[in-house]
Amino acid sequence: MNTGARRSTFKFVLVVAGMFGFGFALVPMYNALCDAIGLNGKVKMQAAVAEPVQVDTSRTVTVQFVTTVNGGKPWQFRAEETSVKVHPGEMRAVKFYARNTENRDLVAQAVPNVAPMEAAKHMRKTDCFCFNQQPFAAGEEKHMPVVFMLDPALPKDVDTVTLSYTFFEVEQVAHQGAPAQPKI
Amino acid sequence: MAHHDHAHDDHAHDHDHEHHGPEKGIMRWIKTTNHKDLGTLYLFFAFTMFFIGGLMSLVIRAELFHPGLQFVDPEFFNQMTTMHALVMIFGGVMPAWVGLANWMVPMMIGCSDLALPRINNWGFWILPFAFTMLLGTLFMEGGSPAGGWTMYPPLVLQTGNAFPFLIFAVHLMGISSITGAINVAVTILNMRAPGMSLLKMPLFVWTWLITAYLLIAVMPVLAGAVTMLLTDKYFLTSFFTAAGGGDPVMFQHIFWFFGHPEVYILILPAFGIVSTIIPTFARKALFGYDSMVYAVASIAFLSFIVWAHHMFTVGMPLAGELFFMFATMLIAVPTGVKVFNWVATMWKGSMTFESPMLFALAFVFLFTIGGFSGLMLAITPVDFQYHDTYFVVAHFHYVLVPGAVFAILAGVYYWIPKWTGRMYSEKWGKIHFWLSAIFINITFFPQHFAGLAGMQRRVPDYAVQFVDWNVWSTIGAFGFFLAQFIFIINMLACCYGWFGRKQGLPDRVWEGAHGLEWTVPSPAPYHTFEEPPVVSDNELTAAHDSVDALDHHKLS
Ligand code: HEM
Ligand SMILES: [Cu+2]
Repeated sequence: MNTGARRSTFKFVLVVAGMFGFGFALVPMYNALCDAIGLNGKVKMQAAVAEPVQVDTSRTVTVQFVTTVNGGKPWQFRAEETSVKVHPGEMRAVKFYARNTENRDLVAQAVPNVAPMEAAKHMRKTDCFCFNQQPFAAGEEKHMPVVFMLDPALPKDVDTVTLSYTFFEVEQVAHQGAPAQPKI
Repeated sequence: MAHHDHAHDDHAHDHDHEHHGPEKGIMRWIKTTNHKDLGTLYLFFAFTMFFIGGLMSLVIRAELFHPGLQFVDPEFFNQMTTMHALVMIFGGVMPAWVGLANWMVPMMIGCSDLALPRINNWGFWILPFAFTMLLGTLFMEGGSPAGGWTMYPPLVLQTGNAFPFLIFAVHLMGISSITGAINVAVTILNMRAPGMSLLKMPLFVWTWLITAYLLIAVMPVLAGAVTMLLTDKYFLTSFFTAAGGGDPVMFQHIFWFFGHPEVYILILPAFGIVSTIIPTFARKALFGYDSMVYAVASIAFLSFIVWAHHMFTVGMPLAGELFFMFATMLIAVPTGVKVFNWVATMWKGSMTFESPMLFALAFVFLFTIGGFSGLMLAITPVDFQYHDTYFVVAHFHYVLVPGAVFAILAGVYYWIPKWTGRMYSEKWGKIHFWLSAIFINITFFPQHFAGLAGMQRRVPDYAVQFVDWNVWSTIGAFGFFLAQFIFIINMLACCYGWFGRKQGLPDRVWEGAHGLEWTVPSPAPYHTFEEPPVVSDNELTAAHDSVDALDHHKLS
């Protein structure tokens, strides 16, 4: 093989290695993008600082709550009110109800999501049961708080915001990555 | 050099240990580093996979002949759609392209072999292992992967025992195509005969060079994505699991960052073949050689910035939807340039319609239909209706079957006399062509309507109003499958000399053909261009693209 060929082979191998790394580099890049523009309805998993802002009483936005239990578990999980009407800038507290219907202890983690995604970065939560893992004894039920505010910068054309929570079992996350294959 | 016999050319060049004829028996094929042998192996492998993948598609079509469930249960149906796609894409089309590149690239640029012959052997022999592993999952408890060839989590993570086999099979296929791509690219960049400058190379070489770049750039990304799936399932990472802070949608972005360039990997070499065949049988120089090269290069570039057109319905900011819509539509511009050039090449040509030409012409016409449906899909608001319906299935089968597969068939018809020294039967070639062209349209054209009317893809059952479209589709699929045996027998007859096939073909088998491959004997000797050839203007695709060459009487 001549030196030209050797050199270009080497270059191509470097590109291959680089692109393999690039695939992984896409992960932090994607996450940074999600944080910056609320891509994909992702919301912050830490409490927002509650600075008082001017309440915009000229607008009323409906906030709907959707709940899902991942992997078809039989637990009960719902919002105590299915939707509320708020003004941007207004602080609002709502409660979610969950009950572990299994006869074993478990730890659950809720993952929030906001639609439409333009609204995601305007959803400010000062308190949320999703900030922590939630342990449940067998049969235990809980009323869990969410305190949130839609900041007044919420785009004008948004009149409905959906806040959804999916409950995952933590143990299952750690060992399985996903629920076991359904039997057929 | 001119009188080498294919079987034994133990001749004067004993100063170089590489210069011997093929070994006898099976070891020849296992140990070979000869680009022609490996080209043959790749092609036999690819057509075996076309056969297996074809059988799977017949299971799908049989089930969809009527609504309701008749032959297979839904889980097996899903295994068939998943495996059909993986086998056809990674086992059929891609190895067929590597096989054609093996055979033709060295002969077209005037060098004796690929730059890395041993890697070439390796690259091929990985494939049977990869596909044994993948197809083996059919016999495992829980069956094959069934979550779709796109392997979206979280569904794919529910795959049973087959999961790690799927991932490692994809890794092996990836390694094989990366080695193949590096090999072809290094050869093209470094081993061209004197006088064969980049902008004089045959278009098949150009399109393959660009394909190789695409492969080198995106196959590692796919490898990364499936590795993340693997660690998500077994090693507690949460790249794509929402519960651990990951995001399943991110997989779709990474996958399609690979996936859209991948669809061009499947089609660019086809552009090269069609650009080779049409001038031969139109007896004219290719119209607009330079613009062809630039068009391929811009298609390749654009293919990196359109991936999210597969994800319009997944949710993106408005600006994103618009960007990906317009970027996708932009691809139609260079594609249009190519179609224009093919048609312009035929303009006032003295055309004849041998089998390779028939397939090339059908390619131009039917691939364009696939391009048009692609344009429709690119329009974000309407894609909300079309997405995940049979309209998408019709679109990609138009570009892939009468597109990529027809080009492979055209290439094999075109070069088989050079490879084997025997002419195929033109009569059976034409019969094969007409059956293929008719049945493939019967198969896929109705799927446009079924899709527009709302029939979903990847579902074993459907509402009764779609029956008629599906009956046609199934009849077409069985007809197309059966018609391919005509081709197989016709080609094997050339390989093995059945039916007293004509030998003693001239070097330039097609009188309108240009290119270095037509300056060596037919069959091509085991070793060609051990000494770099002198490239005459007559063999350069680009050089006879001059004003007086456009007068077709002066050619041929
Ligand atoms: C003018 C050129 C093209 C345009 C504008 C185009 C556009 C599109 C769009 C928008 C989709 C997504 C549809 C949906 O899922 O809703 C799609 C899917 C697809 N296209 Fe194309 N396309 C073009 C050419 C090609 C070519 C040349 C190939 C391959 C040879 C190809 C193969 C595919 C495949 C395989 C899919 C479906 C993937 C899947 O979901 O399984 N396309 N195309
Ligand atoms: Cu695409």
